[in-house]
Amino acid sequence: MAKTEKTLAPLVHIVKRDPGSVTWKYRLLVRAIAVLAALLLSGILITLLTKKNPLAVYGSMVSGVFGSPRRIWNMLQGVAMLLCVSLAVTPAFKMKFWNIGAEGQVLISGLACVATMMFLGSALPTGLLILVMVAVSILAGTIWAVLPAIFKAYWNTNETLFTLMMNYVATQLVDYFLKVFVKDGSGVLTPMPQFGLPVIGNQAYLLNVLIVAVVTVLAYIYLKYSKQGYEISVVGESENTARYIGINVKKVIIRTMLLSGAICGLAGLLLVGGTNHTISTTTAGGRGFTAIMVSWLGKFDPLYMVLTSFLLVFLDQGAQQVSTDFRISSSISDIVIGIILLFIIGCEFFLQYRVVTRKNRKENV
Amino acid sequence: MVAFLVSAIRLGMSLLLGSTGETITEKVGHLNLGIPGIMCVGAACGCYAEYLYFKAVGVAVVPILAIIIPLIAALIGGALMGLLFSFLTITLRANQNMTGLAITTLGIGLSEYIINEATTIFTKGSKYFTAPLIPFTDRLGVFGDLVLEYGVFVYLALAIAIVTTYVLNKTRVGLHLRAVGENPATADAAGINVSKYRYVATCIGCAIAGLGGLAFIMDYLKGNWEYCVDTIGWLAIALVIFTVWNPTIAIFGSVAFGALYVASSYIPGVSFAGKALFKMLPYVVTLLVLIITSMRKKREHQPPQSLGLSYFREER
Repeated sequence: MAKTEKTLAPLVHIVKRDPGSVTWKYRLLVRAIAVLAALLLSGILITLLTKKNPLAVYGSMVSGVFGSPRRIWNMLQGVAMLLCVSLAVTPAFKMKFWNIGAEGQVLISGLACVATMMFLGSALPTGLLILVMVAVSILAGTIWAVLPAIFKAYWNTNETLFTLMMNYVATQLVDYFLKVFVKDGSGVLTPMPQFGLPVIGNQAYLLNVLIVAVVTVLAYIYLKYSKQGYEISVVGESENTARYIGINVKKVIIRTMLLSGAICGLAGLLLVGGTNHTISTTTAGGRGFTAIMVSWLGKFDPLYMVLTSFLLVFLDQGAQQVSTDFRISSSISDIVIGIILLFIIGCEFFLQYRVVTRKNRKENV
Repeated sequence: MVAFLVSAIRLGMSLLLGSTGETITEKVGHLNLGIPGIMCVGAACGCYAEYLYFKAVGVAVVPILAIIIPLIAALIGGALMGLLFSFLTITLRANQNMTGLAITTLGIGLSEYIINEATTIFTKGSKYFTAPLIPFTDRLGVFGDLVLEYGVFVYLALAIAIVTTYVLNKTRVGLHLRAVGENPATADAAGINVSKYRYVATCIGCAIAGLGGLAFIMDYLKGNWEYCVDTIGWLAIALVIFTVWNPTIAIFGSVAFGALYVASSYIPGVSFAGKALFKMLPYVVTLLVLIITSMRKKREHQPPQSLGLSYFREER
């Protein structure tokens, strides 16, 4: 006994916060500090590498995003596409179904879309063609998403690994069909803008932005106010609770992934039918992975996610501008995004836990 | 045929290093999706060290140093990335999936940056890695070609895989390690320092994965840098599942993966497009293994129980 009396309290001690005690002001403050600290660190890094004035670096970032109407439209398109994929993964994530297969789901629906454009493009009237494109893309995305869901629901197959593998299956399928479709063997499919989605207001990206805006609002309502949205949160919080109150967990998992896949299908449709009018293995461009970040950083709230996807697009586009302006490797964009993400991920700690030092232990306990 | 197998084995060994590293981190409960990025960084650090070494010594290259310096650099690069991952997931209890993906993004960026600072051709350095470790093997015919005529990496990878399996399954350290991955609360109650085991295992695992990246560039690609180390990383993660978390099985699994990956170049009559389908096979096979193991529910073939979860002592 005498021995235990002598042991001191640990130097630092970590205590879980009561979720209710964290005010939104504190949340905002911690996150803002994290973003600022990360920006500062990447600014210092770029300055060290380029030996240029750091303010000029930030200036170049801003001009890369807002510098001209074309850049602003690029930014809007970037945000819309990233947001669309993020909206797709959000319901699944809220349910704690780690769908990291959005990349594959987008690609496969893009492939379905491009195949429709190639083979039915001249056979069908425009209106009907668009309907078929929409249906086929969404169907393809759904199939790719519902497979892991079924196995998860019935056999508890690890969905993270399953969806990850499906990404590469999709990538290789796209690669295969590109080589089959393109007769000259170059693997580059000539764009077919004549079969694309209609352009409205003379702005190539306007339709995409509008559609995604509508989907954002719908997703917000669905997650926040519908019964199904509620069921998703319950399953995410605790599967057992969900079972006790009579929610059919299997059904919720499969239904949510159907929805998730359908929105990915939409993203594929917009990327291929509405933007590129062709496909390559990099059409999804890593959005499937970035979307996970967007959704998680936005706390699965579609409205916050608008902000977080803007943040990521801003960083990406801005850093690319920096790399052209200062002639440094374009990999700087990946480095900056990586640093910022790690900071934001790390700062969550200060929202969920409290650090109690030995000194002020008495007052706190 | 011999050329095909040799090529499969050489690719397989970089996969093996990557997957052995990932197995170690998964055994302590870390689903580390940062492995692709970490392999990139390991490869880039190793190559950069080789570049600096050659620049420093000019023509007076000591072969053993030309091998050891990049190896150490790759180990350190991988371990540092592992340390970053561990700090975020263990000390800050961040979500492992998110951290891993962010580390992959960062790692790809870092490696491209480092490589841009040097050169993209390391054939000179690669010679030291691919030079047969055992002398006079070229006189032993097919057997010599197939079994003995490899550079350091193949033997290194085999040794690491076998030692890892032994340590994991037959030693006290391994038992503790697995206990931490299965049920950290129980391990903690038994007096095992969960954080320490997680930190050390993750850093060692990432260092080994870093070697895998270097092996891919220096041995398989013969020193020609390509920006595709991360694909090998994802394949290595697939391999972990494929071989049900056992590095010794992974020796054969990795050769099988390597064979599937390079098969299209060696089988006559495979069309240009067919090659793409061949490259799909490793993933499809992994999917099947994943499905079958989850259906059979055999205890020793399951992922570590607390895979992907952070541990907080005061949580119920």
